Amino acid sequence: MTFTSIDAWWWPFLFILVAGWLATDSWRFLGVYFGGRISESSDILVLVRTVATALVAAVIGNLIVFPTGALAATSLALRVGAVAAGFVAYLLLGRRVLIGIVAAEIVLGVGILASQPL
Amino acid sequence: MPDDTSTFPEQIDSPGADARRIWFLRGARTAFSVPGLILASAFVGFAGLAREAGLTLAQAVFMTGMVWALPAKVVLVGAIMSGASLPAAAFAVALSSIRLMPMVVALVPELKGSRTPKWLLYLLSHCVAVTSWVLAMERVGRIPREMRATYYAGLGFTLVLTNMVVVGVVYTLAGNLPPIVSAGLLLLTPMYFLTSLWGSARERAGHVAMVLGLGLGPFFHTVWPGFDLLAAGLTGGVAACIYHRLVRRRAAA
Repeated sequence: MTFTSIDAWWWPFLFILVAGWLATDSWRFLGVYFGGRISESSDILVLVRTVATALVAAVIGNLIVFPTGALAATSLALRVGAVAAGFVAYLLLGRRVLIGIVAAEIVLGVGILASQPL
Repeated sequence: MPDDTSTFPEQIDSPGADARRIWFLRGARTAFSVPGLILASAFVGFAGLAREAGLTLAQAVFMTGMVWALPAKVVLVGAIMSGASLPAAAFAVALSSIRLMPMVVALVPELKGSRTPKWLLYLLSHCVAVTSWVLAMERVGRIPREMRATYYAGLGFTLVLTNMVVVGVVYTLAGNLPPIVSAGLLLLTPMYFLTSLWGSARERAGHVAMVLGLGLGPFFHTVWPGFDLLAAGLTGGVAACIYHRLVRRRAAA
């Protein structure tokens, strides 16, 4: 029952509906139902936030260590270097998301050009 | 018609169709603020990622409209890429999206007017994700209460529809990019989340969870593919939460 295991046009859409829409909108609808009756700082919400953060960070880690497509042709050292440079730039230059992204892209671009035979 | 905006103070007292349209359009305009543009750049990255994961154009646009929250979509695409089964993928996405509930809980009392129907709130809640939520929480205080749901409808649905278009256009263009641009496109998603997750963490435990997840994701991807995200999210998240409690206890002692 993976995304590609059933060869029918509707299967990927059903997969997205169940694993995507149902898994997100259920929480939103519960939020409307409870509206205003849960405090933002309660203890269980710290766990909710840390699990969500760790999940997304795990995907990010996989995208950096095991990338696909054109990014897979670059070395792990270059990818980690670019991401680290972007993150340091973000931390040092006023914590702006755009600055972090631009810095990482520049290091990646220069690294790819430098590693190509002239 | 554009001149109507100058006369809105009189119209607040008697909210008619004109006032509704004005506030809807003001909400729509907020979608094109700086946070909205940063979000669009993140969706540029998502389009590249979805294409690499083997999704079709229709599937990528459909996912954008139906799921909307970008972290949930990135987890879903990550699960698809690592060959997760439907229940495992749904569980991982659900775990990554529990946080939407308290966000909606906080937003609903702000949006609700005296006559706002319940079905409208359910419909609007679909637009809740980090960017629209932050923008709304920041600005609704300055908007007449009876117009807040209208304003958020303009903001939320404009963000969703605009980014569906962004994903469609970028997906179509991404097939003909030179490798260096294509590589840069695929770096957008990791960089966007590295910086925005770090910035949005409310407590130190959020940073701990992020660092743990970054390491545990690739680790479990090697030893337990298909369940890597669930394993990394649960162990990293629980460990970060334990850290949070230990630090607080020490601070209290």
